[in-house]
Amino acid sequence: MTMFTIAGSPHIHGDNSTKKIMYGVVIAMIPAMLVSIYYFGFNAVRVLLLATVSSLFFEWVIQKYLIKGPLTITDGSALVTGVLLAFNVPTNLPGWMVVIGALVAIGMAKMSFGGLGKNVFNPALVARVFLLISFPVQMTSWPKPISITKSFVDVITGPTPLGFIKEGLGTGKTVSQLQAELPGYFDYLIGRMGGSMGEVSAAALILGGIYMLWHKIITWEIPVSILVTVFTFSGIMWLINPKMYVDPVFELLTGGLLLGAFFMATDMVTSPMTRGGQLLFGFGIGLITILIRIWGAFPEGVSFAILLMNAAVPLINRGFKPRRFGTNPGVVMNN
Amino acid sequence: MNQLQNFTKGFVKENPVFVLVLGMCPTLGVTSTAINGLGMGLATTFVLVMSNIVVSIVRNVIPDKVRIPAFIVIIASFVTIVELLMQAYTPALFESLGIFIPLIVVNCIVLGRAEAFASKNPVGSSLIDGLGMGLGFAFALTLLGSVRELLGSGAIFGLNLIKGDLMLVFVLAPGAFIALGYLIAIMNRLSKTS
Amino acid sequence: MASKTESNFKNMVLTLFLVTGIAALALGGVYSLTKEPIAIARQKKLEAAIKAVLPDFDTIVKKKVPDPDGDSLILYNAEKGGSPTGVAVKTYSNKGFGGTIDIMVGFTEDGTITNTTVLSQKETPGLGDKMKKSKSNFSEQFIGKDPANFKLKVKKDGGDVDAITAATISSRAFCDALQRAYDTYKENQDK
Repeated sequence: MTMFTIAGSPHIHGDNSTKKIMYGVVIAMIPAMLVSIYYFGFNAVRVLLLATVSSLFFEWVIQKYLIKGPLTITDGSALVTGVLLAFNVPTNLPGWMVVIGALVAIGMAKMSFGGLGKNVFNPALVARVFLLISFPVQMTSWPKPISITKSFVDVITGPTPLGFIKEGLGTGKTVSQLQAELPGYFDYLIGRMGGSMGEVSAAALILGGIYMLWHKIITWEIPVSILVTVFTFSGIMWLINPKMYVDPVFELLTGGLLLGAFFMATDMVTSPMTRGGQLLFGFGIGLITILIRIWGAFPEGVSFAILLMNAAVPLINRGFKPRRFGTNPGVVMNN
Repeated sequence: MNQLQNFTKGFVKENPVFVLVLGMCPTLGVTSTAINGLGMGLATTFVLVMSNIVVSIVRNVIPDKVRIPAFIVIIASFVTIVELLMQAYTPALFESLGIFIPLIVVNCIVLGRAEAFASKNPVGSSLIDGLGMGLGFAFALTLLGSVRELLGSGAIFGLNLIKGDLMLVFVLAPGAFIALGYLIAIMNRLSKTS
Repeated sequence: MASKTESNFKNMVLTLFLVTGIAALALGGVYSLTKEPIAIARQKKLEAAIKAVLPDFDTIVKKKVPDPDGDSLILYNAEKGGSPTGVAVKTYSNKGFGGTIDIMVGFTEDGTITNTTVLSQKETPGLGDKMKKSKSNFSEQFIGKDPANFKLKVKKDGGDVDAITAATISSRAFCDALQRAYDTYKENQDK
């Protein structure tokens, strides 16, 4: 008798297999990978290798000895988690911290919940936040591809543009004074800013995002709703007081917003199932991101926003149920 | 049930933290170091033993309808006594435990044992029950505190094993939840196999 | 087993009255017993803090003085054998990352900082709490400096103080508290 494995819900049929999707995501991450290797050199390769190898290793060890389930190491999900983890940390992070990050991502965020398909939170982001709170100094000193501000040319590490603005606003300077010291929008597009390994180049991330949309690995709802919300909300704040709040284009291009919107919020396991749910999910992420960026203690809030909305996914799924086959789309179900 | 079982049930089978999951407020709040966990655990043990004894003595005198206010007054008195004594003789520990000492009053374990055990059993077994439960609570808090201190600041009972800090998240609130979750998982695993 | 007391009005009032009465008596007793040790423990803590920042002394004169922000600081004039050895100032800053920070600072007669000690703080563990001596040597850079020619500002703001890595706000608050202590001390020195 043949036994069929039943994967975790949702059981919505598509012609994609886990494997196909995961390797598609890896391909989409190649441009950002190449950009970071170009700017950060050997260190980027080191972090990438450490993160992916240790993620795969922990996946294998835990599956084999703790869960004792079928080996899922080849489905590519641990590989994606590893690369995303590498993308989310500064390239000068000590190696053992990267390994701890991989253990947290795979062991704590994924396997503790029962493996792929059952995790509530995005594993790579759990690891990032864990590392950020555990090692605040190492996680917030980013190596600079080029000098990030004209006033700090001589130092090797520097703040991200977002961190620089937040710090500066605290000392009573205005946004335009601070922006004059930062590189321009074109530099953010090609990756000349301080930041975690994979988030520096907006153009490479957009390229990867388009590839995934084109191959139907992700749908447009989540990234678009995140970006539109961030743009609108920060635009309103900017129009109210351009001295205190940065302009919406700056908010879109800097920090980890594009990386989060395309690669992490769209994770199938941890995002809502239906279109309405996904739009609400994206709106929530965009809103919380800007709230944290403007009023929070941290300069960047994308990872916190995605994790918070991950927690709300089961609730969103209850509110936006898929239409049952055969029912009239015009009829609202009262259940 | 003999008195030995009565005493040991608080450690494993009915451990207040790992099995009953009671008293989570001090469990998560004060266990950033082993010494804090131990201090909190012993303070709670004292309150638990004393209130169990007194509640057991007066259990037949107190009319049923007013038993809860009477128990709370008894518990609150002992908590205040502990608070005053700690302030006088261990001021440093009192300062680091802070608001959690007065909050022993609302710890579910204390009222829970008074209501579920001491109000129905004679003084002797109530004392042993309180002692077992209290020490079980202290054991759990010390264990959790040691794990968090070790992982968070690379020290144990204030003794530095590693210079500087380790994973700070374990000193902070999220680390309390993570460490407690894994400790409960390990405890479940152990009690399942034994 | 004795029969349970009936829950009638008279019994309920009586028992509650008795229970609260006995509890009140017990608490009163413990309070009067521990009153003195508590006062001694507090005094000891204060003396330990002053001892940590000043060279040895035998008498302390306490003085409360207003500070530039309309609040007040406490000055402890220390003397040994009748001659002044220095002044400890209990100062504060509201600019901390986690709220108010209380610091004890010792000055010699000419205004040089002898030592500092943090009395209470709520800064982030691992970052801002490095202002404590047990966590890092941040506070040691102030020893022996005279604020008249050592600018109490972090280097980023054009001062002479090396800030704690990734905790500029806490470092600024520390400097703010020291500056307040120095200003208040200087203003009250001649009086």
